[in-house]
Amino acid sequence: MKDYVKEKEAQRKSMKQDAIILGATLIITIILVSIYPGKRGAVITTSWNFFVEMIMILPAVMVLMGLFSVFVPKEMVVKYLGKAAGIKAVFLGILMGSLPTGPLYVAFPIASALLKKGAKISCIIAFLSAWACIKIPQEMVELQFLGPKFMAARLILTIIFVVIMGISIERLIEWSDKKQTNHRR
Amino acid sequence: MNTTAIFINIFAFGCLILALIKDKTKTKQALSVALKSFFHILPTVLSVIIFIALLLGFVPQTQISKVVGEQAGFGGVFIVALLGSFLHIPSLISFPLAASLLKGGASVTSVAVFITTLTMIGVVTLPLEIKELGKKMALLRNGISFVIAITIGIIMGMIL
Repeated sequence: MKDYVKEKEAQRKSMKQDAIILGATLIITIILVSIYPGKRGAVITTSWNFFVEMIMILPAVMVLMGLFSVFVPKEMVVKYLGKAAGIKAVFLGILMGSLPTGPLYVAFPIASALLKKGAKISCIIAFLSAWACIKIPQEMVELQFLGPKFMAARLILTIIFVVIMGISIERLIEWSDKKQTNHRR
Repeated sequence: MNTTAIFINIFAFGCLILALIKDKTKTKQALSVALKSFFHILPTVLSVIIFIALLLGFVPQTQISKVVGEQAGFGGVFIVALLGSFLHIPSLISFPLAASLLKGGASVTSVAVFITTLTMIGVVTLPLEIKELGKKMALLRNGISFVIAITIGIIMGMIL
């Protein structure tokens, strides 16, 4: 309960911050546009175009995020990834990372729980990386603004490199742990 | 409305109907989360949109492409990668920002590197990551992600 109150307070604080940033941006814009009145049309058109492009998809993206956050709870992620093994674990990590929502730092405690549960390091790295940059609602926004070619190319390349990174970090950590225990002997 | 936006909305609508069939109360909960996060992110979205308009309106294209365009070379890509690692902005908003840079004369490589470093690497949250996962894993993940981000960007610049 205490955590809930704390979270609420933090949320209110960050919303206040966001509102202040928006206000400052607006003031700077008004000043700049009144100094250079010739730019007014261009600034308004660009803002409007980007706004329309965003508002057409933002509600849908938020609905997707809300659905994933309720239907894919953290406990489920830990349960599935804690016991996965082999190369399958890496891909399961990517899949599980691409479903939940929230900024990356929300995933650190989950990753830490996984580590304690004995999940494979490659799986945890894959999970974190997928959480960071191949989330499904996020990909929708990328599709809208950068187009299918850009989105698909970046998605495929990221998955390939995340798999390689997961396996190499696991090897590196195992190798250095082994070296450390050898030293102690 | 363009086809992409229609596709995204149909996809979300489909998921919503599936969810409704599966569990009504949970779906209601999800919608209330969605509504809250929508209003939560709206001020930031508006700020970035105005920032984009200022960027495209006041910074000449030649200037943008000099710093992050084709002729900027590897130095430009490296600067973008550093910027992406240090900046701490929500990833949803990085896409319109990236699109505006692309429009303003940035190269595909810099834009891909910017998005990838922005989402994968967090210098600001690194202390938290070290606390939760240990120094070795956190530093390796961020370090290797940096190299990977640049590699992905370079490959994307070659194929697109």
